[in-house]
Order: sequence, then structure tokens, then C-alpha cells
Amino acid sequence: MRHRYNDCVGWLAELMGHGSFHVKELSLCTLMKFVELEAEYPLVKVEWKGSFTFPRELLKVVVDGLIPLNEDASLLISRFQEYMEYDDIRYFVMKAVTESIGQVMQKTKERPLPFYQQNIFSLISPINMPNKERDLVKFMVKQDNREEWKVSKLQAHKQAFERMWLSFLKHKLPTGLYKKVLVILHDSILPYMNEPTLMIDFLTVAYGIGGAISLLALNGLFILIHQHNLEYPDFYKKLYSLLDPSIYHVKYRARFFHLLDLFLSSSHLPAYLVAAFIKRLSRLALTAPPEALLMVIPFICNLFRRHPACKVLVHRPNGPADLSEDPYIMEQEEPSESRALESSLWELQALQNHYYPDVAQAAAILNQSLSEIEDDISGLLELSASELFDKEVKKSAAIVPLEFEQVRGLFGKKNDIFAEHFSLD
Amino acid sequence: MGLPKASAPSRGKGSAESAMAVVRSNPFEVKVNRQKFDILGRKTKNDVGLPGVSRSKAIKKRTQTLLKEYKEKEKTNVFKDKRFGEYNTKISPEEKMIRRFTLERQQNYGKKNIYNLNEDEELTHYGQSLAEIEKINDIVDSDSDTEERGTLSAELTAAHFGGGGGLLRKKASSGQEDEEEKPKSRKELIEELIAKSKQEKQVRQSQRESALELTEKLDNDWKEIQTLMARKTPKSERKDKEVEKPKPDEYDMIVRELGFEMKAKPSERMKTEEELAKEEQARLQKLEADRLRRMRGIDEQETKKKPSHVSADDLADGFILDKDDRRLLSYKDGKINIENEEEEEDKEQEEEEGEEEEEEGEEEEGGKEDNENDQSEEESAAEDEEDVAADNHSDLESDLESEEEAAGNKEEKKDETTGDESQNMEGLDPKMEAAKAELPYTFAVPESYETFKSLLAGRTIEQQLIILERIQKCNHPSLAVGNKTKLEKLFGFLLDYIGELANLDLPDLKAIDKLILPLYNLCQMFPEAAGGSMKFVLRDAAHDMEEAIEVKGRATFPGLDTLIYLKITSLLFPTSDFWHPVVTPAFIYMSQLLTKCRITTLQDVIKGLFICCLFLEYISLSRRFVPELINFLVGILHISLPKKQAQGYTVVHPFTPMGKNLELLLVCDKKDLESWQKQNLPLSIVNRLKEASRTEVNHIRLSCLALCFDLIKRCAVLYESLPSFHEIMHPVKILLTQHVPEWYHGALKELENKAKHYTPLVCEKKKPVPLKQYTPKIVKVLEFGRKQGGNKKEQERKRLIHKHKREFKGAVREIRKDNQFLARMQLSEIMERDSARKRKVKELLSSLATQEGEWKAMRRKKMKN
Repeated sequence: MRHRYNDCVGWLAELMGHGSFHVKELSLCTLMKFVELEAEYPLVKVEWKGSFTFPRELLKVVVDGLIPLNEDASLLISRFQEYMEYDDIRYFVMKAVTESIGQVMQKTKERPLPFYQQNIFSLISPINMPNKERDLVKFMVKQDNREEWKVSKLQAHKQAFERMWLSFLKHKLPTGLYKKVLVILHDSILPYMNEPTLMIDFLTVAYGIGGAISLLALNGLFILIHQHNLEYPDFYKKLYSLLDPSIYHVKYRARFFHLLDLFLSSSHLPAYLVAAFIKRLSRLALTAPPEALLMVIPFICNLFRRHPACKVLVHRPNGPADLSEDPYIMEQEEPSESRALESSLWELQALQNHYYPDVAQAAAILNQSLSEIEDDISGLLELSASELFDKEVKKSAAIVPLEFEQVRGLFGKKNDIFAEHFSLD
Repeated sequence: MGLPKASAPSRGKGSAESAMAVVRSNPFEVKVNRQKFDILGRKTKNDVGLPGVSRSKAIKKRTQTLLKEYKEKEKTNVFKDKRFGEYNTKISPEEKMIRRFTLERQQNYGKKNIYNLNEDEELTHYGQSLAEIEKINDIVDSDSDTEERGTLSAELTAAHFGGGGGLLRKKASSGQEDEEEKPKSRKELIEELIAKSKQEKQVRQSQRESALELTEKLDNDWKEIQTLMARKTPKSERKDKEVEKPKPDEYDMIVRELGFEMKAKPSERMKTEEELAKEEQARLQKLEADRLRRMRGIDEQETKKKPSHVSADDLADGFILDKDDRRLLSYKDGKINIENEEEEEDKEQEEEEGEEEEEEGEEEEGGKEDNENDQSEEESAAEDEEDVAADNHSDLESDLESEEEAAGNKEEKKDETTGDESQNMEGLDPKMEAAKAELPYTFAVPESYETFKSLLAGRTIEQQLIILERIQKCNHPSLAVGNKTKLEKLFGFLLDYIGELANLDLPDLKAIDKLILPLYNLCQMFPEAAGGSMKFVLRDAAHDMEEAIEVKGRATFPGLDTLIYLKITSLLFPTSDFWHPVVTPAFIYMSQLLTKCRITTLQDVIKGLFICCLFLEYISLSRRFVPELINFLVGILHISLPKKQAQGYTVVHPFTPMGKNLELLLVCDKKDLESWQKQNLPLSIVNRLKEASRTEVNHIRLSCLALCFDLIKRCAVLYESLPSFHEIMHPVKILLTQHVPEWYHGALKELENKAKHYTPLVCEKKKPVPLKQYTPKIVKVLEFGRKQGGNKKEQERKRLIHKHKREFKGAVREIRKDNQFLARMQLSEIMERDSARKRKVKELLSSLATQEGEWKAMRRKKMKN
């Protein structure tokens, strides 16, 4: 009887790799039913009263079926999510995943397995950890004296969670997955770890990669620095080197500038550092789209308000009358040697000639003395070009001025550039 | 002189009310806050204080709350009264009872026996149970069985309720004799009523008819008399003519002519050539000044205030002529032509009209007075016509003859008007008419795009142009009221049509080129509508792109039609304005195109370069800074380079430093390079790239690059004056000097020379901060008690700070007083305890003493004994 049962389980596990989703789903459900029943009526006799049984091997089989090595099983995994609501299942799945990662990765010797990692990620990223001990009430298997059981301890859950993530992140990840992990890191991983500082290695490596990944790692680092007292050497230098033209164009612009605002909000920062940031931001603003400009100009104004010592950048009454070169050195990695304080914000002056009227007006503020109160930029962070467009289209004008030069044709204007380069063929 | 200090009130007074009265009358209890100055109109709240009363109040409150808390401290059990509203003083006790009752009922509701369906609630009316009343009713019914009762009630109901009562009664009482009679009489009554009302109606109608007849007769009489009298108002005159003598006689005509001649005003003298040139120059100068003002974006408020001033800028609007002008034109034939020549742009339209008027003038001589009159009386023409028609209809019943006449008149008129127009056409361009004899002369404005298309279908472009012209002329807004909206629609149709032409597999660009002119004219006529439809087109395009980004995550360049629309925008509207309702959205849209659209093919490159050209054209006058343009040009240069070159520059979004579409513009073949001749890029490439040989493709690439270099040159010229010109051009310079291969350099020398020019950097100056003066600052006090200065935000902040300060102070004071009170209580407790202890000790001692005394006395007694 037991042999038959074991055979059946084996076949079902094989069927989880079947081609049709329907078969997979059915076998998954059957296996989970087995798990439930086996927990209730254990195969092996309980050794002493009060010990707890859970069919770990069986669950391990299910988990292995869920994360195949070379195909995308996200559909099946999303079906499995309903079982993850049970606290005990979740606990043992986390343990099983940790084990599985250890085994598989050892075998493959650091070779990245995109599908496998993708599957694991889609399995473990939606894990919804409980916040309090008393939330741990939903169990698939009813045990008599639950209180003493390890599974009902939040601490144990957290530990399993932490182990699982650490073992997952220990190995090299594909770039897309890297970004996904970093995006959810700060609000669905870090808060549920016993020792969030264990993430420091992962975050430091990510921060060092550069580009969008660095921007994303910033968020996790910030939480560690802010809440867990992490010392990070040369943090501002690295932050400074993160500023490149792409910051105004990437998707995570709002998130990055929100954090940058936080980092630069301290009034204890030296003036040279803030000046270097201001100068670099405005230099990069020369390549930015209007929606980013609308955000960064008030941002720079806020920096001036927080650090009045930097106002020399816009107001240098007794400076040299004529400079042949901008003293600021863009290529210098070290903010203290960039000579930003000797420079002026000619970039923003150039932006006063921007084609978009709002930007030109915002940049023109620098000509006047700044008011005391900081601008609220939180609303501007998420601004998109299409919003700008809609805003402009909705503006109604009483009069529509017209061109008075009589047209002669499509390219018939005076000195038409098109006429020189395009023909109407 | 000091004020009488209020003495401390005696503690533990009884009810507050009586105490207050006592206290108020007692001058020692009152503290007067003396004011230094009496200010008129200021209300003071705290001029008189009662320190004793307020103190006792505070103490009372503390004993009720704080002391209670203190005494219950460290005692776990608390008695809670959960009765509804027990401590709520706002609810009167009665209401409290009612609420409690309802709550109780609500609690019990639904818990009853399930078989009790209806009986838990007893319905009442005026406090009496309805069930009771029903019982009584039954008794009454049984009583009413007798005949007497029945008749009495019938009378009563009839008296009180009229006919309805009978009906009701019929239901209520059953098996009565008079039942048969009742409905009969009722029927009769109703019939009678109907007859009566009919009769009345008839009478009224006949009265009205007779009144109408009378008025008609009076009208006719009056008209007869009026013809005898002198003609005063042209309107009545005309009516009269239509009714009485539709064909005017010679005398009338002479009279009318004389009348008009009297009204003719002295006209301006003819202008000489120089004067005309000067005027034209002045006009252009004014327009240019206007444009500059808009470009700087200053005094927009001003323009808003006086729209009339701005309207001077579009002289083109003068299409809609004033009454006076028209009259003048219609009678001064020679002058019209000359003026038309003078006013250059303005207008065949005006000319047209002039001629129309002319011809009408001729007709006048011919004797068609009515018609002419209508036309010359401006826009009301149509309305008048309708008036006439209405008049005729009103006469319809009275005399058929005149009706017929009027109808005939109308038809005649119609024929004449159409004839007029056709004549006009012929007069305008007889050669063309002769050539295109098959085209109809009048066109109605198409109501839908389909009809518009069918109108133009199968015609050559010249014919299409003529059709458009005729549509405009036949439906000039001054001719009829609805024409304006119709023609406004025409602009939208034309735009759609152009878009369709551009989207053809082989775009008909020549036709588009020709169609621009009518588009421009329409735009000049209806700037608002044109702006609206242009915005609509742009919005659609932008939304399409947004959707594409949302769905696919990336966008592609739009079709040729959108590019053409953007180009047309620059032709119709001034692109140098600081803000313009159409141009500014177009700017943003183009910026999105340059930053968001992927570049995967050569066509994308051409489209992108087209947009770059557009940008440059848009800003050619205003010299505004467009970061996207430079980025894009750098990107174009970047994709013309072989992979893996050392970089000293960065490319932004649509371009990537590494990727698959990298060498899109790379030309490796030296032979192609040599054989290449500069040629214009045909726009049709955008829609369809012909299967071309490698050499041809390479030539296209080279043309693109040439265009790119030219654009860079132009940018360099435009942005020369920007303070951070070198920073802006930095990546371009690096690319050109280091990466671009030698054989491009010939074309670049010029640019590099220009780029070397370095503008000296100037620091920004600020207004000097004025010294602080000791002369008093005089501020108008608009509202008493309100802080002045600062904007709204700042004021709000100040107010909050002030409020916070006050609240903080108050809270600190309260806490201090609480502590004092508690300390006092504790002290009194301790004192009490001490005194109790003392007393007890005393008692003990005294008892001991007595004991001792007694004992001693006993001993003494024993000793004695």
C-alpha cells in the first residue's frame, strides 16, 4: 500500500513537468491534497505525544516540481500562491527552496540558470510575511498544542525567510532579475529579516555595478544606513559618481531624486559637496527633457535654501569679471576637487532660453533672491511628458495668434531648411 | 492711582449663578483690565475679569476630573455607566428616554417568535389602535343598511365631494335601489359639461377669428393709407410693396436712389503709390513688433486686457467687413479695384464681395429692388427674406393671390441670387471658367468628411483648388449666419484630407503643397477653430504614442502625416511665441518623439532628422534652447561610427552606447563616398523605402549625415550666445574632433571655426539690498487684527506659528496649575493623616495615663487598706 502510494506520488511529480497546463495544475492540486492528508494521518507513527509531523519530503517534491530548471513555470506558481496563504506551508516551502537552491547551485557551479532563478523569484517574491505573532493563525494542518510548535513562532519564520533570500542572492543573477529584486527589496524583503545587515554584501555589490542597478540599490542602502546604523565609506562620492546623463531619462527617476533629496537634506554637509552636486546636476540638465527640468530646477533651488553657502553659485558680486573657462571640472570623480564653488550656474542661465515656457520661467527664478520656504517637489517627481502635453492642450486661449507671412507651399517659407534637404518627391 | 486689587474670593461658594451675581456687584471681586487707549470699533473680550470666580471654577473642574483620577490611581476596577447618553448634557432627559426606548426596541426587534408575522407592531391613529377603529367601522356599516342612513350619506357626500363621492359611495354601499339612477345622472352631467366646454370653445374661436379679420382689415386699410403718406421706414415700405405692388414703378426707384445718394458719405481720396508702400511697411513692422513681444512672453496681461489692440495684428480678419465699408465699396466702383491692389494679401475675398456689390448696383438699375435691398442690408439679409416669407404665410388664408405672387417673387429671387454668383465667378476669372466649364459654380459646404472626399475625388489638383476656393466664396460667413461653423469644419476636413494624402503608399506631396494655400486662408479666417482642430490632431497623435508606450513599452516614429501636420503648424502659426496654444503642445510632442521613439531603421533616422529640422525651424527666430535636438544629433553621429570606439561622450535615451542598431549610418565603402553627390532626400522614402542597391543606401546615409552636419552648424550659429554654449556642444565637439573619420572633416571645418568662438562668462547680478531705514514704514491697514505682509502661504505659516505658541503657553500653564493642585491635595492629605495620628497618640497616651492613674489609685487604696 505504501509502495503504491509512493509510486503515485512519484508519477504525479513527473506529471508536473507535463506539457499541458491543465495536467500540471491537477497534479499540483492532488499533491497538495496529499500533503494535507499526510499531515493529518502521518505515515510513520508519532514517536511521542506532542511531537509535530509535517510531510516535508512530499512538500519538497512539490517545490522541486514548481521550479523546473529550464522552463518558465510562472503560471503554475501563480496557481500555487493560494497555498502560500497557509503559514505552515509557507514556512516549509521557504525551507525547501533554500535546500533546493543549495543543491542545484552546487551542481551547476556558479553557472547562471535564468529560468530556474526566474522561477524561484516568481515563487518567493510574492511571499507575504506576517507582521505580528498573532497573525500566525492560518494553518493547513491543525495541531493540538500549536503554541509550542516551531512553525507558530514568528522568529522562526523570519529566519527561514532570511536564509532563503540570502541563499538566492548569493549567486549571480541576470540583470533583469537583479533590477526586480532591488525594486521589491526595500519594502517586501528588508522589513522581514532578522538581521537586515546581512544584505549589505549584496547591496554593496549592486551599488558598485553602476547604471540603473546602482540607482535601485540606493534605496536598500538608505534603509540600512538610516535604520540599522550602517557605516558606508565614501557614500557621497559614490552617489556623486552615479550622476550621469541617464538619470534624467531612466524610469526610476522619481525614486532616485526622492532619495537624493533625502541624502542631501542634511544641513551638516560641507558646502563644497553640495555645490558639486548642484553643478553636476545642472550640467547634466543641459541634456534633460522638459519634465525632468521642471523637477530638477526646484530641486536645485531647495539645495540653495538648505545650504546658503552655495549661493555663490548664483550670486558672486566680487568675482572676476571675465573667465575664459568654467572652473568646474566635470570629469573629476572627487567632489572636493571639482572646484564647483568657484564656478557659477551658467547652465541654468542657458535654460532660461528653454523652448518650454514653464522651464524658462522656473529657471528665471534664480535671477531673483530665493524665498525662505522650500518648494515642495514631491508632486513634480512623477511628472511625465504626456502629462505636460495634456496640460498644454487643455489650456484655452482667447486669441490664437497667426503667422502673417504668406505661405507659398509646404516648404515655401523664407530660408526654409527643408527646401535645402528634402524634396517633395 | 492703582486699581482696587481683587481680593481672593471666599472658597466653596454655592451655585455658580448666584455667586456670579453676588460677585459682579462686589467691586472687590472684579478686576478691570485698563486699556491704554480707547480705540473706536474695537471689541474687547477681556476688559473685566472675575479672578475669584474663574479660580473656583477651575478648582471645581479639577476636583471633578483630576482629583478623581488621582484617587482612582492604581485601582483597577472602574465602574462604567454605559447607559445611553448618561453623561451627555446636550440631550434633554426626555429625548434620552426616547432614544433608550428605541434602542431597546431595536435590540428586541427580530428576536420575536417567527410565527408572529404582523402582530408585534400595533398601528395607531391619534393614539387609538387601528384595530379598534376597524371594529367600530364594522358596526357603522351594519347600521347603514337602512335606507334613511343611505340617502343621508349620499346627500352629504354629494355636498362635500361632488361627483367623486357618488362613485365612492357606489363601492361602499351594496344593493341599493337608487344605484340605477345615479350613474345615469352622472353621465348626463358629464355630457352636459362637455357640450358646454365645446360651446365655449367655439365662441372663443369665432371671437378670435373675427378679431383677426378685423386686424387684417385694419392692416390693409393702414397700408392703403400709408401708401398715400410719405415713405418713412424702408421695411414697411418693402412689405407694402410686396403686398400691394410687387413691381416697383419708376417713381419709387428714383425716390430710393435719391435717398441712397443722400446717405453716401464723402470717401477717402485715392492713395499714391508711395503712401501705399509706406502703409504696407508700417503694417508689417507692427506685425513684427507684435511677434517679438509675444516671443519674449511679456505683458501678456496687457494683451488680454485689450483684445481689440491685438486684433489689429491679424488684418487678415478684415474679411468680415463692416457695414460702412461695404456700402462705400458698392457705390465707388473704380476705387474698389485700386484698393484691392493696394491691400495685397487681403484678398480676393474682399474684391469678390466688392464685385458682387457692383453687380448688384447694376441690377438695381435694372429694377430688382427687393433683392438688392436685401443684399445691401448686410447679414440680416437672410432674416429679412424669412420675414418676407413669414408675412406671406400669414396672408395665406386671407388672399391667395398675394400668396402666389409672393411665392413667384421668391423663386425669382433665388434664380437671381444664383445667377449673381455665377456671374461673379465669371467676372473674376473668366479664363479659368472657360477652361473648366464642367465644374459647377456653387458648392455647399460638405457636412461630413465623406461628402468632402467625394467632392474632391477624381479631380486634378487644380480643380480641387478651384472647388475649395468656390466653397469658400459661396459660403462666406458674411453671407449667411451658419456659414461660419460650416467653413470652420472645412478646415478640419482639409487637414484630414492632407493626412490621407500623406499616408498613401506614394504620398501625393505636390498636392499637399498646393493645398497649403487654402488651408492658410481658412486659418486666417478662423484662427480659433483652426487652432482647435490642429490641437485635436496633435492630441490624437500624442495619445497614440502614449498608448504604444504603455502597451509595448516603446514607441515608434509616427507616419508622414503627423510630420506634415507639424510642418503645417509652423506655417500657420507663429512658432516664436513664448507660449502659443498650438505651438507649445507641438513642441512637447516633438520632444517626446525625439526622446522616446526607438531608432531601428534608416527611415526612423530620416524621420528623426525631419523633426530636428522642424525644431530648428520652430526656434529659428526665438533662438530657444532645445536639449533634445543636440542629444539627437549626437546620437545620429554616434550611430554613424564603427562599434567599440573610445568614448568621451555619453548618448542618452533613444540611443544606447551599445546595442544592435549601432552602425545604422556607418558607411564603409570608400567608392560610394566618392561617388556621392549632395541631393535632397525625397520625403516619400519615409513611407516606403525602395529596394535599393547598397550604393544607393549608402548615398542616403551620406545625405542623412550631411543633413546632420548642416543642422549642427545651424545649431552652433543659433546657440552661440548661450552662456554655456561650450558645455552644450561639448559631446558634439568630441565626436567631431576625435571619432568622426577624416573624410568628413572637409564639411566640418567651418563649424569648428565657429565653435571656437568663446563668450566671456558673466556672473549674475542681484539687486542691491537697500539699507534699513528708521523712518516708519507706512502700511495700509485693511483689516484690523490681521497680520500684514507676505503672501498667502507665508501668512498662513505665521498664523500657525502664533497659534502654536499660544497653545503651548496655555498648555504649560494648565499643567503647572494641575501640579500645584495635586501638590496641594497631597499636602492636605498628609496633614490630615498627621493630625489623625497625633490625635490617636494623644488618645492612647491619655488612656494609658488614666490606666496608670487608676492603677495607682488602686494601689494606694490597697496600701491604705
